[in-house]
Amino acid sequence: MSEQQTTVRIIHGRLLDAEHDGSVTASLLLQGGHIAAIGAEAELGDVDRVIDASGCLVSPGFIDLNCNLREPGNGQKGNIASETLAAARGGFSTVCASPATSPVNDSSAVTNLISDVAETQSPIRVLPLGAATRGLEGELLSDMAGLSRAGCVALSNAGAQMRNSRILRRCMAYARTFDLTLMLAPVNQALAADGYAHDGLVTSRLGLLGIPEVAETTAVMELLLLAEETGVRLHLNQLSCGRSVAMVADAQKRGVAVTADVAMHQLLFTEDALAGFDSRFHVRPPLRTEADRQGLLAGVRDGVIGAIVSQHQPHDSAAKQAPLGATEPGLSTVESVLSMGLELVNDGELSLQQLVSSLTYGPAGVLGETSALRVGQRADLCIFDPDASWQADDSSLVSIGKHAPVRHCPLKGVVRHTLCAGNEAWGPGGD
Amino acid sequence: MTAHDPSSHSLQLTSSGQLKHFLTLDGLERALLTDILDTADSFIEVGERTIKKVPLLRGKTVVNLFFESSTRTRSTFELAAKRLSADVLNLDISTSATSKGESLSDTLLNLEAMASDMFVVRHSQSGAPHFIAESVTPGVAIINAGDGRHAHPTQAMLDMLTIRQHKGGFEGLKVAIVGDILHSRVARSQIRALNALGAEEVRVIAPGTLLPRDVESLGCTVEYDMIRGMRDLDVVIMLRLQKERMEGALLPSEREFYRLYGLSQDKLALARPDCLVMHPGPINRGVEIESAVADGPQSVILNQVTNGIAVRMAVMSMAMSGQVSERTQAVGEQG
Repeated sequence: MSEQQTTVRIIHGRLLDAEHDGSVTASLLLQGGHIAAIGAEAELGDVDRVIDASGCLVSPGFIDLNCNLREPGNGQKGNIASETLAAARGGFSTVCASPATSPVNDSSAVTNLISDVAETQSPIRVLPLGAATRGLEGELLSDMAGLSRAGCVALSNAGAQMRNSRILRRCMAYARTFDLTLMLAPVNQALAADGYAHDGLVTSRLGLLGIPEVAETTAVMELLLLAEETGVRLHLNQLSCGRSVAMVADAQKRGVAVTADVAMHQLLFTEDALAGFDSRFHVRPPLRTEADRQGLLAGVRDGVIGAIVSQHQPHDSAAKQAPLGATEPGLSTVESVLSMGLELVNDGELSLQQLVSSLTYGPAGVLGETSALRVGQRADLCIFDPDASWQADDSSLVSIGKHAPVRHCPLKGVVRHTLCAGNEAWGPGGD
Repeated sequence: MTAHDPSSHSLQLTSSGQLKHFLTLDGLERALLTDILDTADSFIEVGERTIKKVPLLRGKTVVNLFFESSTRTRSTFELAAKRLSADVLNLDISTSATSKGESLSDTLLNLEAMASDMFVVRHSQSGAPHFIAESVTPGVAIINAGDGRHAHPTQAMLDMLTIRQHKGGFEGLKVAIVGDILHSRVARSQIRALNALGAEEVRVIAPGTLLPRDVESLGCTVEYDMIRGMRDLDVVIMLRLQKERMEGALLPSEREFYRLYGLSQDKLALARPDCLVMHPGPINRGVEIESAVADGPQSVILNQVTNGIAVRMAVMSMAMSGQVSERTQAVGEQG
């Protein structure tokens, strides 16, 4: 880790957050891990370090609500040190660590282990997510209050479905007791069954096992109705269907406390990515149709979907070296999220501000925090050059997972510095 | 943003459009399919000779890599390779390496070390031959002998050969495929072949539980009612129904299925009088088809078996020659 920088001045950068659209160049002064001044005031006095952000945008550090660090238990796929450094490279200053580890993070002992390792090995902030049910099995409640006390910021079932609606309802009612956020990925497992691709044109042609749209939409409807009844704060993970967005929008209008996220790759790719049996694009939920992609993008633009996540799932190469249906789901994305997002901006599908808000302000809100370039905020920052390019391949990727969605083509958007509480987590002066 | 797509087209054809693997009929043009049928026709004569051999694959090693057991398909591939004078190695992987935990990639590395020239692959996973074709050393040809629900291109081509022998061509033909389309790699390849070769109509006849989503997008019309579906047919292809389809609530009973979708003499009488009856086999008498129909004058089920050897000889020799010419070209470019 880099040594504590007591004072840092960032000069010549263009400010970008929910309130700044990237057109104004201003200096920032960081002191004691916080933003101490912005603008003319930030240019006064001596500092320990000056970062020249010429040509770059300066935004709050990105916050990932859904990242798999694989530790404890899956060292061949990743570990806290490797994957948090990869996240820092991607511009993230905070990641929420999925409870799907081995053992599962369903006890304060595992939470403490993750926090202890992160304390010494992670350049960025790691916020553990607790398992909503024991062993993520969807049957017995976890010690939610204990997990929360140990530092879990929310409870998640890591994509696994509850055994039945009664358990789901009780899980919500119990989480509500402690005002805990419940993060659930909507899936009706009976309908998803053994599927691994969107049930549609590509699965029909290639004879793949499909996951129908209704495997998600029926689950969204159930989750929304139960959340409304129990009053729990519900966050829906990884929407993949346009119709889900409409249902969430409707619930939000009724005043249901529901937020949602989408994985960045869902905004760029469709079922067509599987046309050549490319096992990298075996993801869960599956990539769906162009109409779904458009529905998800509209959801991000309208704010119905407040957060874009990496859904980073690093794997060892063997996990993807098999016929499509025999591979493990997930992409290694955390280093490419910004570049994928800039592609959307370039194509006019999102504005730069919508992109950055969905990576900062939106996810911060889900965690009950704020994220903005304001005096007094934590000095978690991402300084990136939107026009510089890089290439994702085995040697350039920091993550142990090399199955990035776009490989060997130049990608726009290079993170020059990621700062976490004023310390350099990624950049020439960091690791 | 589009994903890197090594499409079937570039994967199985050389730069000059010759076959180098045979993975799927998707992306293959009518001219190439006709070429396969013509080549197969020329090999039928070989089977009628006293010495049933041609030296096209002499000195080559063909490995039958069957991850799923199949007696008929494997033995016709074996016979085809032997008639082309290749050395043949039969590996029944379902009972060897993978059951000891060896990954498919590792199995392949070991087989390549034996300097094989061609793998004939059957696998329960859709896309397995694509995966193998992408990972083997250049120069080794991959022939798909059936992968999951995806494709069974040699079966479809031998069916096309049978149809052409009896009907002279495909123009104006109305062909129905009846039964379990959802799980059928044969049906997917047949629909593709019939469309590419210019059949007038491909009709699938099945209950909703045995049809893939958006099945029309494959290039066919859908008929739930077999009585209506039999009208004007020139060819009816019956698919095998697996017994386990009763278990997952796909069908209530064999009896009901046979009553609604089994090919009886009554139903056959609704088609054109010269309508061919086909079945990729092995047949379930009394489940998909009435014995009298299977053994009747319109049935060409046994011709299909004979044609299987000729089509496989055609595809194997064409793919091997594609590999050789690509390698020659590569060497030429280096020199």
